[in-house]
Amino acid sequence: MWLVLIERLMRNRLAVIGGVLVIGLFIVAILAPFIAPYQPDYIDRYHILDPPSSKHLLGTDDIGRDVLSRMLYGSRVSLSVGFVAVGISTIIGIVFGAIAGYYGGIIDRIIMRFVDVMLSIPSFFLILSVIAFVGPSIWNIMIIIGLTSWMGVARLVRAEFLSLKSREFVLAARAIGASDLRIIFKHMLPNSLAPVIVNAVLGVASAVLLESALSFLGLGVQPPRPSWGNILKAGQANIEIAWWLSVFPGIAILITVLSYNLFGEGLRDALDPRIWERR
Amino acid sequence: MVTYLFKRAVELSVTLFGITLLSFFILHLAPGKPTDVLTELNPKITPEARERLEKYYNLDKPIIVQYLLWLKRVVRLDFGESFSTDRRPVWQKIKERIPITLTINILSMLLILLIAIPIGVTSATRQYSLYDKITTVVVFVGFAMPGFWLALLLMMLFGVQLQWLPISGIKSLNYENLSFFGKILDMGKHLVLPVFVSAFGGLAGISRYMRSSMLEVIRQDYITTARAKGLPENKVIYRHALRNALLPIITILGLSVPGLIGGSVIFEQIFSIPGMGRLFWLSVMQRDYPLIMGLLTIGAFLTLLGNMLADFCYALVDPRIRRQ
Repeated sequence: MWLVLIERLMRNRLAVIGGVLVIGLFIVAILAPFIAPYQPDYIDRYHILDPPSSKHLLGTDDIGRDVLSRMLYGSRVSLSVGFVAVGISTIIGIVFGAIAGYYGGIIDRIIMRFVDVMLSIPSFFLILSVIAFVGPSIWNIMIIIGLTSWMGVARLVRAEFLSLKSREFVLAARAIGASDLRIIFKHMLPNSLAPVIVNAVLGVASAVLLESALSFLGLGVQPPRPSWGNILKAGQANIEIAWWLSVFPGIAILITVLSYNLFGEGLRDALDPRIWERR
Repeated sequence: MVTYLFKRAVELSVTLFGITLLSFFILHLAPGKPTDVLTELNPKITPEARERLEKYYNLDKPIIVQYLLWLKRVVRLDFGESFSTDRRPVWQKIKERIPITLTINILSMLLILLIAIPIGVTSATRQYSLYDKITTVVVFVGFAMPGFWLALLLMMLFGVQLQWLPISGIKSLNYENLSFFGKILDMGKHLVLPVFVSAFGGLAGISRYMRSSMLEVIRQDYITTARAKGLPENKVIYRHALRNALLPIITILGLSVPGLIGGSVIFEQIFSIPGMGRLFWLSVMQRDYPLIMGLLTIGAFLTLLGNMLADFCYALVDPRIRRQ
């Protein structure tokens, strides 16, 4: 099954590009301490707001730190926020979606109404309000993004469960007396994971975007810890004199989000039986 | 149609009730009395402000009573007083900022429709052509583009380099001395970038939806019939197909309202526009809790209104729903 999936993915050029970039970003994040020319918080007092040069390839920021080094370390922040947030939202979404889809009836109605409520609040408002109460930090950001982005997963899992519920293997499991928990996690969940995985890959992209926006507003990852968003914040403050602060971190965000989106869409096509049965 | 709208209105009021519950829950997120935590976290709060807050939320009463009493006030748009030095009622501060945020959001919604629908339709009618492939790539890049970064780039290009457009506020310093048309032109110039930036995020999505919706419609039998009876292709596409293809777009537009309102925080902060979004950002920075709660509730309410409006339009244009 895995071989088939990989073969299908390889046929999709854009998905391959996305996948290669995703792996490349991982390697960069892991190797950041070895490839960064400077420590991320090393201050070069004689080169403040220097344009890109051979000494500082992407220039320096408003207190003389090397932008390239900060961006390399920033990729660790972005990816860890993306993955932890998606992990949280996927787990919450699976639990709510599975309960709603499996039990149905009034439980289903209450959970789905809750999903509607969450979806109709501007999520950016919700996230900011919670941050106002708990304070901004990288951990809080991860948790809050996770807690406010599980609704899509819940809907997906619920829909899968509704269609799986009356399938023979589930009825058979119930007939031999398997418990609800066993049926949900052992039998139904593995059969409904495909869209959840696609959703998670795409979710990383939107979590990275959200984190950068929050850090840009000064309500996300707090300095001195580097993040692409808070470098851009310095870029806005110095927009008239230091274009490199605004341009490079944005390109990094764009490439990251784009590669996760391309890879996710490719995965969706590769996992979609309707596309492959026709051939 | 009346029953349909009534049903939706009931559903939405249940949602609104849920929103107030959630807002209230967020206020009580922190352990202990909310005011204890507020005062610890916020050195700006004076003892009097704390007392006012305790009284406002009836913190000595059981939590359900607290909620009901709070709800009773919120219904009358009483959100308490702001913590900031002006101590003005929260609703007043929000009220004067709603028009500007709504104007920008409505303008950007119109811009989205004006650009995204033609793009979606043309790339659907020329599926797999070079044009279609190029727009697909542009849409993918558009999805990945952080709106605030685009804003920075545009500010650098049009504001700093070319000096064509102002980069902050909604009025020039000499605004009061301008003629009527001068005033309109001045405001227009200030709004170009913010409106474009806030529309940008929606452009990619809506043109994509428009394309797939159009593709679905032009495969249907009645389109073949229209072609078979010899109608010119333009008429088939723009008179027969477009009408039905637009239906799902109304729903998508309704669903994109929360994103637009939430997005105002970012672009209003970047362009220093005195709207709800910037007020929200300021209130979070200053931990002005009554203001935060008020804005959260009002923002959610506006979103619901937007959804309701979308439902109404949908019922208006789709006879199948009207007759249900």
